[in-house]
Amino acid sequence: MNKEFKISSYSHIKNQTVSVNGNVLFTDDSEDFTTFIKAAYKFLDTGYSKFFKMDNLSKLAFLAADVLLKQEDLNEDENNIALIFSNKASSLDTDRKHQATIKNDAEYFPSPAIFVYTLPNICLGEISIKHKLYSENSFFIFDRFNPEHLQLYANSLLRSEKSEKVLCGWVDIEENIYEAFLYLVESNGEIEHNTEEIIRLYKIL
Amino acid sequence: METENGIVKMTKTFLSYNNIFSSLGLDSETVIENMLQGKTGLKKYEDTSLLPVPFCASRVSSETVNEQFNKIAGASKFTKLEKMLIASLNEVVKASNISLNEKVGLIISTTKGNIDVLEKNSGFPESRAYLSELGKTIQNFFGFKNEAIVLSNACISGVLAISVAKRFISEGKYDHVFITSGDLVSKFILSGFNSFQALSDEPCKPYDKNRVGINLGEVAASVLVTSEENKLSTEAIEILGDSTCNDANHISGPSRTGEGLYRSIKAALNEANLTASQIDYISAHGTATLFNDEMEAIAFNRLGMEKVPLNSLKGYFGHTLGASGLLETIVGMHFMERNVLFYSKGFSDLGVSKEINVIKENESKKLHIFLKTASGFGGCNSAVIFKKQTTNLK
Repeated sequence: MNKEFKISSYSHIKNQTVSVNGNVLFTDDSEDFTTFIKAAYKFLDTGYSKFFKMDNLSKLAFLAADVLLKQEDLNEDENNIALIFSNKASSLDTDRKHQATIKNDAEYFPSPAIFVYTLPNICLGEISIKHKLYSENSFFIFDRFNPEHLQLYANSLLRSEKSEKVLCGWVDIEENIYEAFLYLVESNGEIEHNTEEIIRLYKIL
Repeated sequence: METENGIVKMTKTFLSYNNIFSSLGLDSETVIENMLQGKTGLKKYEDTSLLPVPFCASRVSSETVNEQFNKIAGASKFTKLEKMLIASLNEVVKASNISLNEKVGLIISTTKGNIDVLEKNSGFPESRAYLSELGKTIQNFFGFKNEAIVLSNACISGVLAISVAKRFISEGKYDHVFITSGDLVSKFILSGFNSFQALSDEPCKPYDKNRVGINLGEVAASVLVTSEENKLSTEAIEILGDSTCNDANHISGPSRTGEGLYRSIKAALNEANLTASQIDYISAHGTATLFNDEMEAIAFNRLGMEKVPLNSLKGYFGHTLGASGLLETIVGMHFMERNVLFYSKGFSDLGVSKEINVIKENESKKLHIFLKTASGFGGCNSAVIFKKQTTNLK
């Protein structure tokens, strides 16, 4: 019989609110993403100065992952938690910033500090560095949240024992429109790992 | 994954029909013949509309792309990248002769897709820059029943796409998966790599002590991944093991211990139930930057693979980003069929601190098993091990 897995915890960042398992941790009335995420970072006592050099997609993904992973009893040296993330806009939020540095010859000044973030999977690298995840990172693009894809892929990684746990979800940002929903899949947990439950959790806030 | 008497039975998965659409030819056979003649697709360009300084790259001209595409469909509605992907995938879909039903998947592997539509005179709406739009365009052109899965995972995308296809087949979601991969040499990409001072205006020299930096390349490469043994081409290979591991170290620099690459290869060997000495050949990443090449040499040494013949194909195609891993796997499968260890273009004197066996001249050798590796920004690494199909053990 195929082994079944569970969802053990989940987080949301949207509408100026950070929540874990449906409970609001932080909320702010700032409509500007940069201001909001900085306030959330401080309130949540994140204590990771590399955060400030990240682009907006990485800040969003990093904080949504951090509020979940810091609840876990993680090993200091290494952990095997795969990151399977997805979104619609890829890294377009930062791509447009790089494009602005090359759009006219008179002000041509591309910057490596911006360019390195013109890949969606960089946010997975940021999370892996902080939490010592020497595990799989995969970033998929869909035009909407696709629970079936994430569920199948997470099951495959867990059943083949390539990963002990899988952190899945959706992290999307374009300027001040943003949404993060992440959930942790593993052997133990209270919530069934099926598409109906994933959709229910996705819509909970 | 099927079960038989309670024991998990892994589905075998194979790479079969394939196409390479590149500066070295518009189908895999032509590309291999041109490589055997010692040709490279790299050329020096002085084109200030792309980069203020000269650069060396492997490009496919718009004229060539349009000429090929016009044989299939009207050209006006599609971007250059879309035309390349469609022309490439079309060859594989035709050769495979598979009806595109619910059990057939489509994966598109790219780092930047149609990023060139952000240019103000691109002639296409900016909405074309969304990768899901690229996915829909390819899906609708061929009439795939399933939504395209777009994978964008930096320079390991092409190798990782093979793993993703394998997983969806073993989960029973699909019987067949078509992968098409591609990226363009755009102003966006050139300006970014140049800001890292990583680009060379001379042909690159992977693993060589006189290395000059990297070259970019554009290509579309496509393959059929299938579980059905009656759908195999003569050069087909079986996927024996695969793994992807992060360095957990730095977003733009490889690990100094080659940690993620080391772990990826080790896990892939484990799944394949093989030891390092059973690998006949490594198709490595070899971007020709000191940090990358050094990191790979360290990882291969930690695994005891320093004697295994290896090459980098960047001296033929440049670094083709999201397509590179798939392109290089396809080239690898053709040289496996021909039993040729193919030389690493641009290499003469070892320029890494650990011993590795870079192939300097073509050599005939019976080849059975090869390892493909890739590493990329974000600290990602991927390794897949392939075996020549048993009916093809020449």
